[in-house]
Amino acid sequence: MEIYRAHVLVCTGTGCTSSNSGKILEEFEEHLKKNNLENEVKIVKTGCFGLCAEGPIVVVYPEGAMYTMVRPEDVKEIVEEHLLKGRIVKRLLAGDKEQETISKSLDNVEFFKKQKRIALRNCGVINPENIDEYIAFDGYKALAKVLTEMTPQEVIDTIKKSGLRGRGGGGFPTGLKWEFASKSKDDQKYVCCNADEGDPGAFMDRSILEGDPHSVLEAMAIAGYAIGANQGYIYVRAEYPIAVRRLNIAIEQARNYGLLGRNIFGTGFDFDIELRLGAGAFVCGEETALMTSIEGKRGEPRPRPPFPAVKGLWQKPTILNNVETFANIPVIINKGPEWFASIGTEKSKGTKVFAIGGKINNTGLVEIPMGTTLREVVYDIGGGIPNGKKFKAAQTGGPSGGCIPASHIDTPIDYDSLIELGSMMGSGGLIVMDEDTCMVDIAKFFLEFTVDESCGKCPPCRIGTKRMLEILERITGGKGEEDDIEKLEVLAKNIKASALCGLGQTAPNPVLSTLRYFRDEYEAHVRDKKCPAGVCKAMVNYVIHAELCKSCGICARNCPVGAIKGERKVPYVIDDEKCIRCGVCMEKCPFKAIFKNA
Amino acid sequence: MSSQVKQCKCRKETEQEKYERIGRIVDEYKDREGSLIQILHAAQGIYGYLPVELQKFIADKLGKPLSEVYGVVSFYSFFSTKPRGKYTIRVCLGTACYVRGGKKIVEKLQEILGIGIGDTTDDGMFTLEVMRCIGACGLAPAMMINDTVYKQVNPDKLQSILEGLR
Ligand SMILES: Cc1cc2nc3c(=O)[nH]c(=O)nc-3n(C[C@H](O)[C@H](O)[C@H](O)COP(=O)(O)O)c2cc1C
Ligand code: FES
Repeated sequence: MEIYRAHVLVCTGTGCTSSNSGKILEEFEEHLKKNNLENEVKIVKTGCFGLCAEGPIVVVYPEGAMYTMVRPEDVKEIVEEHLLKGRIVKRLLAGDKEQETISKSLDNVEFFKKQKRIALRNCGVINPENIDEYIAFDGYKALAKVLTEMTPQEVIDTIKKSGLRGRGGGGFPTGLKWEFASKSKDDQKYVCCNADEGDPGAFMDRSILEGDPHSVLEAMAIAGYAIGANQGYIYVRAEYPIAVRRLNIAIEQARNYGLLGRNIFGTGFDFDIELRLGAGAFVCGEETALMTSIEGKRGEPRPRPPFPAVKGLWQKPTILNNVETFANIPVIINKGPEWFASIGTEKSKGTKVFAIGGKINNTGLVEIPMGTTLREVVYDIGGGIPNGKKFKAAQTGGPSGGCIPASHIDTPIDYDSLIELGSMMGSGGLIVMDEDTCMVDIAKFFLEFTVDESCGKCPPCRIGTKRMLEILERITGGKGEEDDIEKLEVLAKNIKASALCGLGQTAPNPVLSTLRYFRDEYEAHVRDKKCPAGVCKAMVNYVIHAELCKSCGICARNCPVGAIKGERKVPYVIDDEKCIRCGVCMEKCPFKAIFKNA
Repeated sequence: MSSQVKQCKCRKETEQEKYERIGRIVDEYKDREGSLIQILHAAQGIYGYLPVELQKFIADKLGKPLSEVYGVVSFYSFFSTKPRGKYTIRVCLGTACYVRGGKKIVEKLQEILGIGIGDTTDDGMFTLEVMRCIGACGLAPAMMINDTVYKQVNPDKLQSILEGLR
């Protein structure tokens, strides 16, 4: 292997690719060549660092200098100053730019300080398309250890002892799940990986698959050994083309190295993995629906029991785990279950990756120990709310979850505390909302989602959620009736009790949770026909302040429906009948003379 | 940006050649259990969409009733039975993008293109769709045009993005 004196890591995850990191790569290649550095400095294409909003991101080792928002024209300076002369380009550094010495710049960035990266350990560190880099970072060591030194039961006991719980939503103990499947007697069993990532607002699974695909392959083989399966399937969304491509490359490389296929490590253990592409149906993230879909059918859920551990894919004993759950497995084997169990809270061990998005300064992926408070996530890691706005709530658990209001911002986040607050961990989407977010509108948004995605098999979900949505549309449309709130509650309880699968059973949660904490907002919509956040269009109107208006006419030119009239020296007026409440005039007015009445 | 738009320089495949290519894929997958969805993915990749005739062709080759193939096609939103434009624009309306104004992008695109969601422009250039989360939530609001992700889309820039593709 060649020795390089410096490494340049360029993020090629989905986020940074859309920020044009491909061009940055080309520029580096060109400028390194120009300066005759191509044998001294190695360029590494990595997966996601997590700080997507600041992308494209480039990290230069050995200094560990992290450059953010790098533009193609900055590359020349990085090469000539940093790589040639050893002078760090301070103006491009993330975080504290004044810092004189940056020994480990990553740890200096506020965004990373409180994080602990286990599942994301290799994301942004290795080249995901090169198996040798994964191996250099202890890759496939856990599989070797398991196959040569441990019995299947010892593997299961290790996972049980670690306290690892499923990261895909439910939080079911992983070791226990494996034990059930291992006890089912059959000549054929399966290991499936849930990479369907349905929660709109979560993308940790995508980042792991794009940044560290081998960790999932390795873990699946370990699971196969533990339960006695020799075939695995990864069910991955077709909407993730980069992840699909890297998985295919990884599987191919692992087969070539004899780490998948027949007689792995000469132990007589066979295990192989196939990809199955999803096709845009949220319900296929539910375990029984996912298996029906792998079988090539309409992805409708099946009643449980029988549970998949007894009768799953093709009626054979099957385990299904989430991508992030799998990504933890090799580390637990390598470092021991005691180490893992020492992180987190009493009943939730280890870390959880959250995708923080919405009204927050640092959007991106963060991995934090269980038990970190929401305040730390929002203010320390997330850098607070933009434009000095007030934090209102955070939504977790996607369409199955609920919100955590500002009054509970000091709650330590783990599986059980979130359930207690009426939300759930879900797969880790964490959407921050500020004072400008209408909670009734958000509840409606999630209901629209479930109505769209309901597979139609069971009536409570198919019809019940539709009725709930109609009521919400009425309320946000300014036509709410006195008993609408009670009707919502009754419907919600009935759907929860009678729907066939998790989709329907959890669909009312966003409504119940917003009702619990923001009932006054619902009441304002229904009784006073007012939207306090000024979001619901039927209940707001725009007016031009006559004294502030300078009659420039910019608003009238930008109004898409010609609803604004006026002439020189006379203040402009908005025709409320014609106005579609798009808000463009308010955005464009250079004198801040247009106001929204909620 | 040139590296992101890959275009096939080869001569246009005829209808029959496309069918033949799909036929070979069906033969290859035929004996593997549960591969209908994978076949449909491949077929849509080659033909662009899945008209009933093509579904019938696949069903016959697999020895399955058309109803079974149609049932699967209609269940999954990724499969389309209508022709698509050269560029499929998918605007994200996942939670992160919704909160950050994804809806405005949809409205603006409808206005510029003069089509509704799920429709294709008359010149066959653009199909407009919405989707739930493309996994770029850190860069909301986001959209995809074919396989390229556009981040932090500003509704005012849409016109020029589309012009760039025409
Ligand atoms: C409607 C619905 C959608 C789901 N979507 C996902 C998903 O996208 N990804 C996921 O890992 N789990 C999802 N789940 C949870 C899975 O059913 C299953 O519990 C999980 O994949 C098991 O893996 P784990 O134990 O490692 O978490 C979903 C569940 C329901 C009810
Ligand atoms: S919500 Fe739009 S990319 Fe995730």
